[in-house]
Amino acid sequence: MSEQLALLPGYGIAHLRLTLVALAVGAALSVPAGIWVTRRKSLEPGILGVASVIQTIPSLALLAIMVPALGALGALTASWFGVSLRSIGYVPAVIALTLYSVLPILRNTVTGIEGVDPALVEAARGVGMTPGQRLARVELPLALPVIVAGVRTAAVWVVGTATLSTPVGATSLGNFIFSGLQTRNTTAVLVGCVAAAALALALDQTIRLLEVGARRRSRGLLAAAGAVLLLLYGVTAASVAFERLGGGERSLRIGAKAFTEQYILAELMAQQVARGTGRPTEIVSSLGSTVAFDALRSGDLDVYVDYSGTIWATIMKRGGSFVDRDTVLAEVSRFLSREHGIRVLGSLGFENTYALGMRADRAESLGLRRIGDLPRVAERLEIGGDYEFFQRAEWKALVEAYGLAFRAERSMDPALMYQAVATGDVDVISAFSTDGRIAAYDIVLLQDERGVIPPYDAILLVGPRIAEAEPGVAAALESLVGALDAGTMQRLNLAVDRDGRAPADVARGFLDAGRAPE
Amino acid sequence: MIELEELTKRYADSVAVDRLSLRVAAGEVLVLLGGSGCGKTTTLKMINRLIEPTSGRVRLDGRDTAEIEPHSLRRGIGYAFQAVGLFPHMSVAGNIGVTPQLLGWPDARVRERVDALLELVELEPAGFRERLPHQLSGGQQQRVGLARALAAEPRVLLLDEPFGALDPLTRDRLQQSFQAIRSRLGLTAVFVTHDMVEALLLGDRIAVMRDGALVQVGTPEQLLREPAGDYVADLMATPRRQAEVMERYLEGGGR
Ligand SMILES: Nc1ncnc2c1ncn2[C@@H]1O[C@H](COP(=O)(O)OP(=O)(O)OP(=O)(O)O)[C@@H](O)[C@H]1O
Ligand SMILES: [Mg+2]
Repeated sequence: MSEQLALLPGYGIAHLRLTLVALAVGAALSVPAGIWVTRRKSLEPGILGVASVIQTIPSLALLAIMVPALGALGALTASWFGVSLRSIGYVPAVIALTLYSVLPILRNTVTGIEGVDPALVEAARGVGMTPGQRLARVELPLALPVIVAGVRTAAVWVVGTATLSTPVGATSLGNFIFSGLQTRNTTAVLVGCVAAAALALALDQTIRLLEVGARRRSRGLLAAAGAVLLLLYGVTAASVAFERLGGGERSLRIGAKAFTEQYILAELMAQQVARGTGRPTEIVSSLGSTVAFDALRSGDLDVYVDYSGTIWATIMKRGGSFVDRDTVLAEVSRFLSREHGIRVLGSLGFENTYALGMRADRAESLGLRRIGDLPRVAERLEIGGDYEFFQRAEWKALVEAYGLAFRAERSMDPALMYQAVATGDVDVISAFSTDGRIAAYDIVLLQDERGVIPPYDAILLVGPRIAEAEPGVAAALESLVGALDAGTMQRLNLAVDRDGRAPADVARGFLDAGRAPE
Repeated sequence: MIELEELTKRYADSVAVDRLSLRVAAGEVLVLLGGSGCGKTTTLKMINRLIEPTSGRVRLDGRDTAEIEPHSLRRGIGYAFQAVGLFPHMSVAGNIGVTPQLLGWPDARVRERVDALLELVELEPAGFRERLPHQLSGGQQQRVGLARALAAEPRVLLLDEPFGALDPLTRDRLQQSFQAIRSRLGLTAVFVTHDMVEALLLGDRIAVMRDGALVQVGTPEQLLREPAGDYVADLMATPRRQAEVMERYLEGGGR
C-alpha cells in the first residue's frame, strides 16, 4: 500500500498535467468554434457532426491512433523543418484528450448562445452594439453558465479517459491500473481508480462552483472556484518548471510492454544501468506492442526487450517453418541495425514463445499432445488469445499449417487468459511460454510439430541514439545478456503473478543474489 | 426629420406594413395608433433598421438610413422596446448607461447621466442604481427601459408603448415629464400606443394604421373633426364614450 501511495504524487500530477492542458486547449478551440458555428448556421450540422464522430471513436483507439499519426506527421516536419515530434508519451495523449473534450464544450457553446432570448439580442442591436460587442457584452455572458457546464462534462470525461493514456506512453493514474491488472496487484488498481474518481469529483465540483457563480453572477463564488483552478494550474506549471530546471540530463527511457515479464525486465535494465553508470532512468510502462517498437525507432524510447520472432513475423513479415533460432537472431539483428540503426545486444538467454496451452487434465482426456491433434476436436473447442494474437502472422500460419477451425475465438487480457483456461471458460489459450501461471495452473503446451511458430528469444534492443552516443549504457546492459534462462524467468514472473511482489523488488532480489527466488 | 417613403415589409404569406409614407418634422411627436397586429412595431423597427424593409426608404434629416452603419445609426436613436428587453446580467445603471458607454463617454459623465435619468423616471437613484432587472416590478422595468432610450441624448426617439405597464398615476406623471423634456430638448419622436387619451395628450399629430396601411394622419383636431371613415371615427369616439360614463357617475346616475 505505502509503496503505491509513494507513486501517487508523481502519477497524480502527471494525470493533472494531461487533464488540465487538454481541457484548456479543448476550451480554447471549442468555444470560438462554437461561436463561429452560431454565426454561420449552415456549418452547424457539419461541425457538430465531426465532433460527434470523434466522440464515438473508442477512447483507447483514439489514443492509439495518435501514435502512428504523429509518427507520420513527425516524419514530415522533420524533413521540412528539421524538427521531429515525439510520437509517444505526453503529446499524443494530450492531443487525443483534447479532441475528446471538444464535443461537450462545442455543443454547449452553441446551445448557450442560441438559447439567449431573441428579444435581448434585438435589444443589444437596438442600443447600438456592433456584432462583436453584442457577443462580448450580451450573448457570451448570458451563455456562460451553459458553456461552463459543458467544460464540466468534458472535465469528468477527460479525467476518466486520461487513465487510458498509459499504453501510449504517457504517465497517468492509469499506470496504477494497467500494471496492477497485469501483475495482479489489486491495491495498485484500487489506488488508481480511487485517485482518478477523486480527481474527477474534485474538478467537477470546482467547475460546478464556477457554473453556479456564473449563473448567480456571484463574484465570490467565481473567485473561489477560479482560485482553486488557478492553484491546480499553478501546481502543474510548477511541476513542469521544476522538472525542466532540475532535470539537466535527460533520463534514459526504458520501455515495457503490458505484461508482467516486461515490467520485471524493465526494472532489471533500469537498476542495472543505475548501478553501472549512475545515469537517471525512467520506465515507460504498459506500452502497446508496436508502440514500443515505433518509439524505439523514433528515439522516444532508448531501450527495451522484444522477442526475435515478433520482429521476424510482425515487422520483417517473414514466415517459413523450422527456422533456426540462431538464424532468426542473426537476421533480426542485421535487419534492425541496417534498417533502423537499432542495436541488438543479444539474447537474455530464454525464449518466450507463443504456444497453444490447455489444462493438463483436459488435454489428456481429449488425447491431445501436439497441435496436429487439435483439428479433429477443434470445432468443439473455444480458444482465447491476447488482444493482438488473432491478428498476428503466427496465428494465420498456425491456421494454415494445421487447418485449425475453433468454435469461437475470444480476445482477452493476457492476465485473464490463464484463469479462463483454468476455469474452463475457454479450452485453449495462446500462452506465453515463460509465464509463471503455466506451471501454477497446471497447463500443458501443445507441441508445434511442424515448426510454424518462429523462435522468440528475448533480445535487448538499444535505440540508435544511445547505441551511438552512450557506449556506457550498452556496456552496463551487456551483463544481462545470457543471464536468464527460461526457468529463472518463469520463477521471476511467478513471484509477481502469484506472490504479488512488486516487479522492482523481484528485479532487485535477482540482481543482488544473482538468481531467481525458489 | 424622419421621412418614410412607400415603406413596405412583406413576410412569406402576409404584409406587415404596406406602402407607408409619413413625415415627422424636426421637434414633432408623431403618435402611431392602431389595433393589435396592424404593423406599428414593424414600422418603428424599420426606422432604426432592426428590420430591413422589403421595399421603400427611410430618410433621417434627408439621409437614406440604408447608407448609415446600422450600429452608429442606432446609437443616435433612442428606442424603448415594447418587450422592454433589459439585459438581465447588467445592473439598472449598466442598462441605462449602455449606449453612452458604447459612445465612449467618460465614466463620470455616464454616472451623472444615469442618476439624472433615474430621477426623471421617478426611481430613487441610490435605491435602484445597483439592482438587477429581475429585482424590479414590470412598471419599474419599463421606466428603466425608457431611461435607457433617453440616455445618449438622442435627437430621435422611437417609443413602443413605453407606459403600457404603469399605474394611472405614475403614467400620468411620466407623461407630464415626457412632455416637459421633449419640448426642452426639441425631440423628434415616434410614439406607439393603443391608448387614445395618451395619443391625444402627447401627439402633435396622430397616424392611424390598419392592416399595415395608413388610414389617416393629422392633428388631433383634424382627426376628431374630419375622421376619414368609420374606423377613425370609432377610434376617436372612445375617449368621449369614456368621458360620458364618468359624467353619469358624477351626476349620480350610475350606468
Ligand atoms: N417575423 C415575422 N414573420 C411573420 N409575420 C410577422 C413577423 N413579425 C410580425 N409579423 C406580423 O406582422 C404584423 C404586424 O406586426 P407588429 O408587431 O408590427 O404589430 P403591432 O402593430 O406592433 O401589434 P401590437 O399592438 O400587438 O404590438 C402582425 O400581423 C404580425 O403577425
Ligand atoms: Mg407592437
